[in-house]
Amino acid sequence: MSVKKKFKGLSDKAVGWLFIGPTVLLLLAINIYPLVYAIKMSFTNFYANKIGREPQFVGLKNYIKVLNKEAIWEKMQVTASFMFWTLLLQAIIGLGLALLLNRKFKGNELLTTLIVLPMMLSPAVVGVFWTYLYNPQVGLFNYVVNFFYDLGSFDMIGSSTLAPWAIVIVDTWMWTPFTMLICLAGLRSVPNYLYEAAEVDRASKWQQFIYITLPSVLPFLLLALLFRGIENFKMFDMVVELTSGGPGSATELASINLKREAFEKWKTGYSSAFAVILFVTIFGFGNVYVKVMNKIKER
Amino acid sequence: MDTSRSYLEPSSFSKKMAATIIIVYAVITLIPISWMVMTSFKNVDSAISYPPEVLFEPSLEGYVNLFTNRSRQSEEYLDSLPPPENWYEELVRSREMVITGPSKFLGRYSNSMIIGFGSTFASVFLGALAAYAFSRFRVPLKDDLLFFILSTRMFPPIAVAVPIFIMYRKLGLGDTHLGMIILYTVVNLSLAVWLLKGFMDEIPKEYEEAAMIDGYSRLQAFFKVVLPQAMTGIAATAIFCMIFSWNEYAFAVLLTQFNAQTAPPFIPTIIGEGGLDWPAIGAGTTLFLLPVMIFTIILRKHLLRGITFGAVRK
Repeated sequence: MSVKKKFKGLSDKAVGWLFIGPTVLLLLAINIYPLVYAIKMSFTNFYANKIGREPQFVGLKNYIKVLNKEAIWEKMQVTASFMFWTLLLQAIIGLGLALLLNRKFKGNELLTTLIVLPMMLSPAVVGVFWTYLYNPQVGLFNYVVNFFYDLGSFDMIGSSTLAPWAIVIVDTWMWTPFTMLICLAGLRSVPNYLYEAAEVDRASKWQQFIYITLPSVLPFLLLALLFRGIENFKMFDMVVELTSGGPGSATELASINLKREAFEKWKTGYSSAFAVILFVTIFGFGNVYVKVMNKIKER
Repeated sequence: MDTSRSYLEPSSFSKKMAATIIIVYAVITLIPISWMVMTSFKNVDSAISYPPEVLFEPSLEGYVNLFTNRSRQSEEYLDSLPPPENWYEELVRSREMVITGPSKFLGRYSNSMIIGFGSTFASVFLGALAAYAFSRFRVPLKDDLLFFILSTRMFPPIAVAVPIFIMYRKLGLGDTHLGMIILYTVVNLSLAVWLLKGFMDEIPKEYEEAAMIDGYSRLQAFFKVVLPQAMTGIAATAIFCMIFSWNEYAFAVLLTQFNAQTAPPFIPTIIGEGGLDWPAIGAGTTLFLLPVMIFTIILRKHLLRGITFGAVRK
C-alpha cells in the first residue's frame, strides 16, 4: 500500500516508462546485446573455449568462408526442401480440415481440441518417441506401412533417402493443426451476407468457394505459413532428437549445422558469421513475404 | 439460431461426411500419443516384440526403471540378499538387478516446474505492464518499439546461445535456475506483450477513468480495475508461456547440464541395457506430456482463442 502511495503523483508519462522500461531493458540485455556481440564476433577468429586468447579482427574472412563452403549450401538445400514440403502439406491438409470443421457438426469443438494436441507437445520429446515408431525392427509406423503395402524391411531414420521424409512426416503431424486453427478463424470471419448475396445471384457452391471462401481465407493461410516458415527455418529440437541430422548429413538443417560449429567445434567467429547470414536471410525473406501478403490482402 | 439463413447451413449429409473424415483424422493423429502411453505400461520384452502388441499384460516396469538406477548382479549375489521388501524391488530382482538409488528424473521434472512457473509469472507480469502502457499511453516510436519487441522472436536460438553462454559464465548464471528463468522470461515477453495488448485494447478506457475520478491513482486503477478485467487474456497468455517454457529444448540443452537441467534434454538420455529402454522412455514421456494434454483439454476455449487471436491481430 505504502509503495503505491508514493507513486500517487506520478504522471502518465512516468507510469508509461515505468511499465515499458523493464521489458525493453530485459530485451536489450538478453536479446539485443547477444546479437550485437555475435555480429562483433563474426568479424574475429574467436574460439569461445579458448579463454585466454585475445580474438583478432579478421574482417569479412568468416563471411567469405561461409558463403564459399559447399557444405553450407547443401544444408541450405536440406532446409529449403524441408520447408517446402512441410509448408505445402500443412497448407493443404490444414485448409482441408478447417473447411470440414467449419461445417459445425456435433462434437466439433472436442474433435478440434483432440486434433490440436500434437502441437502442444515438446518437440524434442516428440522426436524421441518417433524414433521408436520408426524403428525398423519393432516400430509401429513400419508395421502399419507393411500392413497396407508390403515394403519389407525399411529404415526411415537410417536411410538417407527416407530420413528427409521422416522429419517431414513428424513436422506435418505436429503442426498441421496450427494451419488448421488459423484457417478456421479466417473461415469464421467471412460475413454471412456474402454467401446470401451469392445465393440470391444463383452462384453455384463451387463458385461460392472459388470467389468468396478462398479469397477470404487466403490471407489467414499465408499468415499461418509465415509463422511456420520462420519456425521451420530455425528448426532444431525435434530433428536433433529424431535423426540428429543424419544419416551422414541428409537431415542436417542449417540450425543443426550451426550448433555443431558453435558448440562442438567452438568456432565462435565462424559460426557467428553463419548465424548473422541466417538471420539476414530469414529477415529478408520475411519482409518480402509480408509485402506480398499485404498486396494480396489489398486486392 | 437465426432461421433466416438456415439455407446456408450445409446439408446433413455433407455434415456427416465432414464429421467422418475429421474423426478418422483425429484417430490417426492420436495413435502416436496413445502408443507412447501404452508403451509406458509394457514390460521391456513386450515393447520390442514384433508385430507390435496392442493387447498386453500391463506392467509398471517402465515407471520403476524411470525412477530408479539399477545395476546387474550375479545370481549368487542376488541369492545372498534378503528377500525383496516391496513390489518394485521384486520386479527389479526378477530382471537380475538391484536398485542402486533414485534416478535424476524427479529432479529434472521439478526443475521444469520451477523454471516454467517462475518464467511464466515474470513474463506475464512484465508483459501486462508493457501491454497496458502501449495500449493506453502515447509512447514515442510506439510502432517501432512494438515491431522491435516482436522481431526478437525471429532470432534462431542457437545464434544467440553462444553470447548468452559467455555472458552467463561471466555473471555466474550458467546452469542456474535464475539464469534459465530470466532467459525464458525474455523469450516469452514478446509474445506476452503482443497478446496482452490485444486484450487490454478491448477493455474500455472509461473503467479506469471512472476509478481515477473516485480518487485512485493510475497505478491503483491498473492493479484494481484493469488487471482483474484482463484476467481471461492473462490466463490465455500464461498458458502459452508455460507451454513454451515446459517444452523448450535448445537453450536447455546448450546452457544447462547438472543443476538446472529441465526434463526435455533429460528424457532422451534414459538408456537401458543394450539400447533404449522404451517403457521407461514411454513413462517419462507420458508423465511429461500429461500435464500439457490435461491443460489443453480443460482450458481449450482460452487456448484456441489465444492462438487465433495472436495471429489475426497482426
